[in-house]
Amino acid sequence: MKILVCISHVPDTTSKINFVENNTKFDSTGVQFIIGPYDDYALARAIEIKEATPGTTVTVINVGTAETEPTIRKALAIGADDAIRVNAEPTDSFFVAEQIAEHAKGFDLILMGRESIDYNSGVVHAMVGDLLGLPSVSPVMKLEIEGTKVKMSREIEGGKEQVEANLPLVAGCQEPIAEWKIPNMRGIMSARTKPLKVVDAKASPSQVALQKFELPAPKGAVKMISADNVAELVTRLKNEAKVL
Amino acid sequence: MSTLVFIETSEGKIRKSSLEAVCYSHAMGGSVTAIVLGPADASEVQSLARYGAQKVLHAADAKLEKGIAQVYASVLTQAMKDENADILVLASSSLGTPVAAKVAVKNGASFAANVVELPNTSSGFVVRRSIYTGKAFAHVELKNQKKVIVIRKNAAEIKEVGGNAEVVAYALTMNDSDFNTSILSSEKATGDILLPEAEIVVSGGRGLKGPEHWGILEDLAKTLHAATGCSKPVSDMGWRPHHEHVGQTGVKVAPQLYIAIGISGAIQHLAGVNSSKCIVVINKDAEAPFFKAADYGIVGDAFDVIPKLTAALKAAM
Repeated sequence: MKILVCISHVPDTTSKINFVENNTKFDSTGVQFIIGPYDDYALARAIEIKEATPGTTVTVINVGTAETEPTIRKALAIGADDAIRVNAEPTDSFFVAEQIAEHAKGFDLILMGRESIDYNSGVVHAMVGDLLGLPSVSPVMKLEIEGTKVKMSREIEGGKEQVEANLPLVAGCQEPIAEWKIPNMRGIMSARTKPLKVVDAKASPSQVALQKFELPAPKGAVKMISADNVAELVTRLKNEAKVL
Repeated sequence: MSTLVFIETSEGKIRKSSLEAVCYSHAMGGSVTAIVLGPADASEVQSLARYGAQKVLHAADAKLEKGIAQVYASVLTQAMKDENADILVLASSSLGTPVAAKVAVKNGASFAANVVELPNTSSGFVVRRSIYTGKAFAHVELKNQKKVIVIRKNAAEIKEVGGNAEVVAYALTMNDSDFNTSILSSEKATGDILLPEAEIVVSGGRGLKGPEHWGILEDLAKTLHAATGCSKPVSDMGWRPHHEHVGQTGVKVAPQLYIAIGISGAIQHLAGVNSSKCIVVINKDAEAPFFKAADYGIVGDAFDVIPKLTAALKAAM
């Protein structure tokens, strides 16, 4: 079986977000970049399947500029066999989906996170599925392969849904599909020599244009209320905040 | 401008988030056609007119009862053609969002998700969308004539505008090949207020010390007609189900009122709640970072404050 895992290169979840160049560019000063947390679940599940099924290979793909290579190497250290980097800025969901679809033919299972934690659209899996004419399911919390069938549990509002589809398949993953894997020293050493192919992006006419970024307005100071006077909170929520 | 708006139903009733999508479409101006897929209560379908739909298409085919994204996407693509719609508007959901993405691909449409307010059309068509899990916004121009917009909660105010609409039975042909996933079963908390749609959310953290103490939090939630949520450690430890986990890697909420009890306020949790209108934090540690992000704070023990708050609310209502 051939598995493709699509990973995003995103700021650590604890990062403070700032912009530069007149609010048109992300400020990466002092920001630690990681494999997208949801993508990390997808990768972990792929490695589990590889370990349980002899003959399985795991390829990772990332759409990004050269600065994403340490993130790709980390995925190789965790256990992927080889990697593809599509050399381009991942500007929007459709652009990224088109690049992935270009390289995803021939894979049995295409896994990724349910969303990237930078742009949060949560649609690349659905778009890749549509472009390739494959079923796509997200957010998947459990994924078991039985022959050519895949049984999944998917989160829906207020509960979950049991879903079944045939391979090949695209799935957007989230916890608790697998436990995150931490690279060991042997993995880190071997990742240095694993193949990482850099390819040019497919030309794709842009359908959206970023004008500017914006930070939310700062929050006012908190109003503290005594634990002995809880009724005051109720009054304030009613008359001051007007939310009751 | 002609807008098609996809209406999601749950047990025959129209989702509140979809009413918001109708109001959003109405507020944009131009003609608004709503489309309901699968069996739904006739009075519910008719009620869409009151929120601004000038025409309502209803495809009641039982094969559409289970929401299969690929099937819905093909139907909506056809409906956009039939209605000459330039814009498709949907509310963000586990069904609506993937359907929107597929329709955008099929139509070569400009796409934006997590849109938080009406578009600015003074020059081009620019939407404001939430990014970095609520930590920032992006202003994005949708350049193509065809557009697909997925709105987030509170992008529009739900209000009745009166009006009448003709409900048209929508005849369609479905491709067997679109039935590429089967939904075997679903488990859903019934009768509860859905967390992503709730106007008031009461969340508990490790400060509640164990799942057996959730009763007092549920009493408070019931008094407020609120949904219950929790922090990541709480769902990780299995005290509460995963679909209640609020935060960067869980459910993002945007209620009028968010009450956090015994949650310290890690940046990952704040990312899931920072779109709330008003935040109340109750924590026994006065140094808890959550207080910095709160509108109102009480330093106190959860087991003392929660019952008092429930009683005070009952007395005031």
